[in-house]
Amino acid sequence: MTAETIIQSLASGLLMGLLYGLIAVGLALIFGLMDVVNFAHGEFLMIAMYATFFLFAYFALDPLLSAPIVAAALFVFGAVVYLLIVRFAVRAKANTGMVQIFSTFGLAVLMRGVAQYFFTPDYRSIPHSWLGGKTISIAGIYLPQPQLVGALIAIAAFAGLYFFIHRTDFGRALEATREDAGAVALVGIDKNKVFALGWGLGAALVGLAGAVMAIFFYVFPDVGASFATIAYVTVALGGFGSVFGAFAGGIVVGLVEAITTLILPPSLKTVGIYGVYLLVVFIRPRGLFGSI
Amino acid sequence: MDKAFIQRRRRDLVLAAFLAAIAAVVPFFVKDVYVQNIMVLTLMYAALSQSWNILSGYCGQISLGHALYFGLGAYTTAILFTKFGVLPWFGMLAGGLISALIAMALGYPCFRLGGHYFVIATIVIAEITLLLFQNWDWAGAALGIDIPVRRDSWLTFQFTRSKLPYFYFALVLACVAWFVTWWLEDSKWGYWWRAVKDNPVAAESLGVDVFNSKMGAAAVSAFLVAIGGSFYAQFVSYIDPESVMGFQFSLLMALPAVLGGIGTLWGPMLGAVILIPLTELTRSFIGGSGRGVDLIVYGGLIVAISLARPQGLVSLFSRKPKPAVQPAREAVAS
Repeated sequence: MTAETIIQSLASGLLMGLLYGLIAVGLALIFGLMDVVNFAHGEFLMIAMYATFFLFAYFALDPLLSAPIVAAALFVFGAVVYLLIVRFAVRAKANTGMVQIFSTFGLAVLMRGVAQYFFTPDYRSIPHSWLGGKTISIAGIYLPQPQLVGALIAIAAFAGLYFFIHRTDFGRALEATREDAGAVALVGIDKNKVFALGWGLGAALVGLAGAVMAIFFYVFPDVGASFATIAYVTVALGGFGSVFGAFAGGIVVGLVEAITTLILPPSLKTVGIYGVYLLVVFIRPRGLFGSI
Repeated sequence: MDKAFIQRRRRDLVLAAFLAAIAAVVPFFVKDVYVQNIMVLTLMYAALSQSWNILSGYCGQISLGHALYFGLGAYTTAILFTKFGVLPWFGMLAGGLISALIAMALGYPCFRLGGHYFVIATIVIAEITLLLFQNWDWAGAALGIDIPVRRDSWLTFQFTRSKLPYFYFALVLACVAWFVTWWLEDSKWGYWWRAVKDNPVAAESLGVDVFNSKMGAAAVSAFLVAIGGSFYAQFVSYIDPESVMGFQFSLLMALPAVLGGIGTLWGPMLGAVILIPLTELTRSFIGGSGRGVDLIVYGGLIVAISLARPQGLVSLFSRKPKPAVQPAREAVAS
């Protein structure tokens, strides 16, 4: 193992980590806003990847061009999921936690079934896109272009989200609702609207991630499951309720995965991620940046 | 001890004995092997869900990694049998004890975690074990273990000609899990668990040993689930990591309790009786096409039921208790 291979894998780990962060940040946003873990988050990613694939297959639209469209579509989808399902789940008087887990988990199963019904279990991929299969060399380190662009998009999305939360009226309403959902109603903020927009925003972010991932990853009905587990770990590692934590958690997860692949066989690459999660929460039960 | 509570417990016990007796004669009238197979699975899931309910329902520590204990039970029995010729009965006991010990060992760090951190830790620990088993050549790696058929007998716990022995064992297992829950419900542990679930800080201040009561719940729960795993290994005579330790399995175990009513005595039983036949039937009648219709139905049902009946279906059967008779502890349990 030379220094070069180590730097090489750390660099690709960092790129992948930023993408993990992008997948996770929507989850973190929703959790921070209303204490709900979306167990269908992986399936949100899956439909975003399918949308990207079909936009390519039928309209020859490159994933980079379809990314904003997919994000917008997922925004609507997320808001609808909130209005149709989650709104009622958080209102449950008994076992609220379980109802949240199982209604979103049921949605995940449902979405996987729908994907299988309409798209068959076949693996699909986008055979030629602007970035697919290309690499770029920076100072002797080879970086795959799709991941590189994905990482840049992730950084831009984080920056945009930060700006949005701290500089816009809706962002302030979001923060206020998260602080005290009861009090915001008194000042005339519609809690439901804020939550719906929060879900839309969270879904749009994972939609963005899905569009980028469709460039270099197979699309199939179960694709979300593995990424979802990593996303939960990423959020928890960073600390529930912290959007910045999801960003940092993503980077940690990407780097840990890269290091694990250097040491252990590829089939065990997620063991490193899970191990680090356990290590972190056993030492610091609130995650790295969590407040609760 | 108030009268209504004692009466309810007595009534539960009589009802359970009555239902078990009915269940025991059902196979004499239902000879269809396919249906019998579904009945075995229903009883198995009832037992598993009942056991899961002890830790997650009564004690409030939601575990989505119980497949770990199921898998450990299945693997312990299978490995002891195929590699060392140890009879499944001893394997079952060993699997149960190993699982209980591991549950307590994991409890040490995990029970300090709250809420979602705990849930995700249980998922992650089960996933790590799954990945390790998939890469552990001695234990059959991803291919798993084929349990060779020696001969049909209760000694080897193998029956190729009839499903009935499996049915009766699963019935006993479900009864044991139910009885253990019934018994614990009115023990010191039962009260502690409900207190811990409700408000751990308040419980602690009232002298409840929060940590140890979680440990106790974890051990009992894991032990019983592992017995279920041992049974499953013998029943299907082939196990591999994904099928006995996968995340799906953890959820399958939890769903009957969620559907029927979490933290209730009858919830898991009712949930299993509805959910498992439904799962199996949708799978074989509309899932055969491989087009996911069964998933659509199943997923849709989970969403609908969890939203419509957060307390679980068991709440349909309980009459609205008069406030005067309603004992405090029942309010805690529901």
